[in-house]
Amino acid sequence: MTKKFTKDHEWVQVDGDVATVGVTDFAQSQLGDVVFVELPDAGRVLEKGKEAAVVESVKAASDVYAPVSGTVVEANQSLVDDPSMVNSAAETDGWFFKLQLKDASELDGLMDEAAYKAFVEESH
Amino acid sequence: MSMNNQGRPSAIPAGAASFDGVTGTVTGNRGLQIEEPLIFEQDSAGRTGVDLPDVPKVASRLGAVKPRARVGLPGLAEPQVVRHYTRLSQKNYAIDSGFYPLGSCTMKHNPRLNEKMARLPGFSDVHPMQPVSTVQGALELMDQLAYWLKTLTGMAAVTLAPAAGAHGEMCGIMAIRSAHEAKGDSGRTKILVPESAHGTNPATAAACGYSVDAIPATADGRVDLEALKAKLGPDVAGLMLTNPNTCGLFERDIIAIAEAVHAAGAYFYCDGANFNAIVGRVRPADLGIDVMHINLHKTFSTPHGGGGPGSGPVVFAESLAPYIPVPYVTHGKDGFALVENAGEGPAFGRMKAFHGQMGMFVRALSYMLSHGADGLWQASGDAVLNANYVMARLEDVMTASFEGPCMHECLFDDRFLKGTGVTTLDMAKALIDEGFHPMTMYFPLVVHGALLIEPTETESKASLDQFVDALRALAERAKSGDVAYFQAAPRLTPRRRLDETAAARKPVLRWTPPVPAEALAAE
Amino acid sequence: MRYLPLTEADRQSMLEAIRATSVEDLFRDVPKAARLAGPIGGLPNHMGELEVERLLGSMAAKNVPAGSVPSFLGAGAYRHHVPATVDHLVQRGEFLTAYTPYQPEVSQGTLQVLFEFQTQVALLTGMDVANASMYDGATSCAEAVMMANRVTRRKKAILSGGLHPHYRDVTTTDARFIGFEAVALPAAPTGGEDLLALVDDKTACVVVQNPDVFGHVRDYTDLAAACQAKGALLIVVVTEALSLGLLTPPGDMGADIVAAEGQSFGNALNFGGPYVGLFAVKEKYVRQMPGRLCGETVDADGRRGFVLTLSTREQHIRREKATSNICTNSGLCALAFSIHVSLLGEAGITQLAQLNHAKAVQMADKLAAVPGVEVLNDGFFNEFTVKLPKPAAAVVEELAKRRILGGVPVSRLYPGEMEDLLLVAVTETNTDADMDAFAAALSEVLA
Ligand SMILES: Cc1ncc(COP(=O)(O)O)c(C=O)c1O
Repeated sequence: MTKKFTKDHEWVQVDGDVATVGVTDFAQSQLGDVVFVELPDAGRVLEKGKEAAVVESVKAASDVYAPVSGTVVEANQSLVDDPSMVNSAAETDGWFFKLQLKDASELDGLMDEAAYKAFVEESH
Repeated sequence: MSMNNQGRPSAIPAGAASFDGVTGTVTGNRGLQIEEPLIFEQDSAGRTGVDLPDVPKVASRLGAVKPRARVGLPGLAEPQVVRHYTRLSQKNYAIDSGFYPLGSCTMKHNPRLNEKMARLPGFSDVHPMQPVSTVQGALELMDQLAYWLKTLTGMAAVTLAPAAGAHGEMCGIMAIRSAHEAKGDSGRTKILVPESAHGTNPATAAACGYSVDAIPATADGRVDLEALKAKLGPDVAGLMLTNPNTCGLFERDIIAIAEAVHAAGAYFYCDGANFNAIVGRVRPADLGIDVMHINLHKTFSTPHGGGGPGSGPVVFAESLAPYIPVPYVTHGKDGFALVENAGEGPAFGRMKAFHGQMGMFVRALSYMLSHGADGLWQASGDAVLNANYVMARLEDVMTASFEGPCMHECLFDDRFLKGTGVTTLDMAKALIDEGFHPMTMYFPLVVHGALLIEPTETESKASLDQFVDALRALAERAKSGDVAYFQAAPRLTPRRRLDETAAARKPVLRWTPPVPAEALAAE
Repeated sequence: MRYLPLTEADRQSMLEAIRATSVEDLFRDVPKAARLAGPIGGLPNHMGELEVERLLGSMAAKNVPAGSVPSFLGAGAYRHHVPATVDHLVQRGEFLTAYTPYQPEVSQGTLQVLFEFQTQVALLTGMDVANASMYDGATSCAEAVMMANRVTRRKKAILSGGLHPHYRDVTTTDARFIGFEAVALPAAPTGGEDLLALVDDKTACVVVQNPDVFGHVRDYTDLAAACQAKGALLIVVVTEALSLGLLTPPGDMGADIVAAEGQSFGNALNFGGPYVGLFAVKEKYVRQMPGRLCGETVDADGRRGFVLTLSTREQHIRREKATSNICTNSGLCALAFSIHVSLLGEAGITQLAQLNHAKAVQMADKLAAVPGVEVLNDGFFNEFTVKLPKPAAAVVEELAKRRILGGVPVSRLYPGEMEDLLLVAVTETNTDADMDAFAAALSEVLA
């Protein structure tokens, strides 16, 4: 069960053929206090790199992209009720949605934790 | 995710609560600052602030619709209403009371002569659908204003219809699209917009059915001409460029930009929000611009009124002139006439219920006549001089984003705050305690933690010096590491920092009547 | 030059501080060929107050103020008495000369006004929430249609033939450019259109007006339910906001969005602007609304305060994905609206609305008694349509010669159509003598 990261600051964790997706702790620190999230409905088919969800702070709105392709099986309802979980638990309870993976090989192009850390340090 | 650099503190910083802003008075009032409840909390059933004639006794004729039971409005007498709004007004900062260097907004003095003129019954008490024979003076005023705007911009035509800058942008882009359509050119789906543009520009392009393509800036804060050329092609309908731009700089390559845009078969839209820098000195037509809106509530001194109303006339070059929307004034054989219906020509449609923001037209013309050609020359010169003076006096303590000269506003970023723990927002709030309205913060987006200062020509040197001295002292204080001071600011305002996070998480957008005690008891 | 505080000595010392040789030098980034050598030609030089007053006063004198003669014009703009208090308060510099309340700590005055305004609009329209204003009723209407498209993800709007034709035109103009279909029904001076029959699974919304442009008042409760059953929204337009003081409000009829003109409260006729667009919705649609919203919160000391909120919908944050491009709205007109409504209160607004209706009933009876004149409406508020035996435009010109502003010819709104119809509006400002004079003059002109 490894965790992978994108250059757009999403993380994805795979368990069998189900991937859990969220935004990184670094991303939440840049956003400020999150006040609203808009999540995809179950059943929606997402394409890698395309808009999947929206996360808003008071002064910023950002699109969250699907790190891999697949079909949404569940959105995190408790995040909708308490968006501050993006700030307090970005990489754990603050997950956004779960996907039925379409093509596991898409994961290969993503960064591991160390690579992502280095990426953040060098680009920000 | 699409990261963006607009995130900033929106909750109350931990340090803020350390200052006890409530003085311990019994009432919560502080001398001239008086707490004021909502009007809804001052209700007494049956009380009113108007005396009306008795209603004649006739059988009502409402057809199938029933009269409503209750609206739910509170009853107050006139003195209570006067006091309510007077007290509320005292919680506002305003140009009348102090320096308001809000970049991009041109907060200049609002002459009271303009107000007096707009209230002449011959202008204010005229119905838009009166017979044209009874409104010849109103049409003459619109015609005069049109003449001034065309002369000042060198353009062929003008529409007065749009209600504000953003509405003018929409009008201009609609005209551009109409012109392409008239040529049978339907392949143009994109509008190019610099990264530094005001949010209304991309929003307008999208509202007119275009996709938006951002053009990067060069290191000196201007449009990257080569990048622009690379993006121009048969799919580009137009370029929307602000000039002077939102960094307060004149686009030096403007002529080359216009040529490149025209060579690609596209049109050049100029966002004229910053026209105050050049009015009476430079005619946009001479820069190759095809269409531009003018914010009468910026350049021509009509008041902002706490968020409007504005007025956004748009000037057009010959090539776009045929498409201007209805209504417009023409010179008929019996005096002035109005063309009111789009079916009567190539006009692209209609923007607004009636003829435009007449009240603003009167004010703007009153301002133009007061200044005249010589006064406008002096005014734009002073606006630019004031901004450059502020920039020169702050350069050694703050970090100017680009080299000068600037035009009517000067842009700083937050590099000078690096490592201090103090943010642009904190600086702004500390300025409030010093008695100044903050500059525009975090706009434009092309620099980090932007502080955009637009003094306008209606400030005296003494007023600029006071502001600069305060800002210099605050910059020094920030560098000395006094973060707590900044986080607790403002201390002296009717309200201290407000919790915007809480407001957005659980929006309360209206007053709701309290649940009656009996209902609570019954639960 | 009375608006410019810098002295020549100031300018010199400032140029020295900048290390510039002249003000012209500061304009060196402007291409030389585009720089004028001196004040622009073709315009006069500066004038004193007295001269400006004389010049503009002479233009104003060429107009016939509606209040100087018996006046019966409506069609989307209404002459009401505005209490003196309103204009006094809106001219307080702290309201007049402030910007949009971006810095809430020094804008609590404007913000509390907006919060109260939003509440008043929600109460009047019978809706859950209202925004802080739009430009005018027509642009509110167009924005409402675009919002319905976002909410339903459908792209067709059905516009009733009772919708003010200028509102229709603003909406169809926007529709054409943004790329959705707006089906405008033919004018319906006596009603009888079957809107529901046109609603299909592509329809985002149906737009009706109440009272409609011909003055008819209608109950849209069944239409609202039927639209919603088909997944479409009902948008109700109101051009005479005072009618909300008397009629069942759109919210009670089940409207999803109300787009209205608020000029009737607090705002002068101003030859058509500035006015104030009202925009109210059901709670569940708040995040799709255009325009600014003010919300309640607390400050660092725990005291109640107000801020602009849900801004991520707006252009300054969302840019090309914003719900609207609106920035400057109608702040001061909203303040005037709010003060007037506060002065009226529950008792005043009811009485004023009843007064308008009763006078309109009296006027309709007086006009119906003129030979050849027929009143078309069964139900109306303060405006109705009459059928004349002669073209209305010519009749209105004749009346103007007799110094009576006798309504709006329908053909001015619908060129070449319905030339015998005249819209007549009556408000509290019309005296019995005005009404008698109008009826008498009309008899004369028609004789
Ligand atoms: C650069 C720029 N463009 C456009 C606008 C929009 O103008 P308005 O607020 O009149 O719609 C503004 C004003 O805020 C602006 O500063």
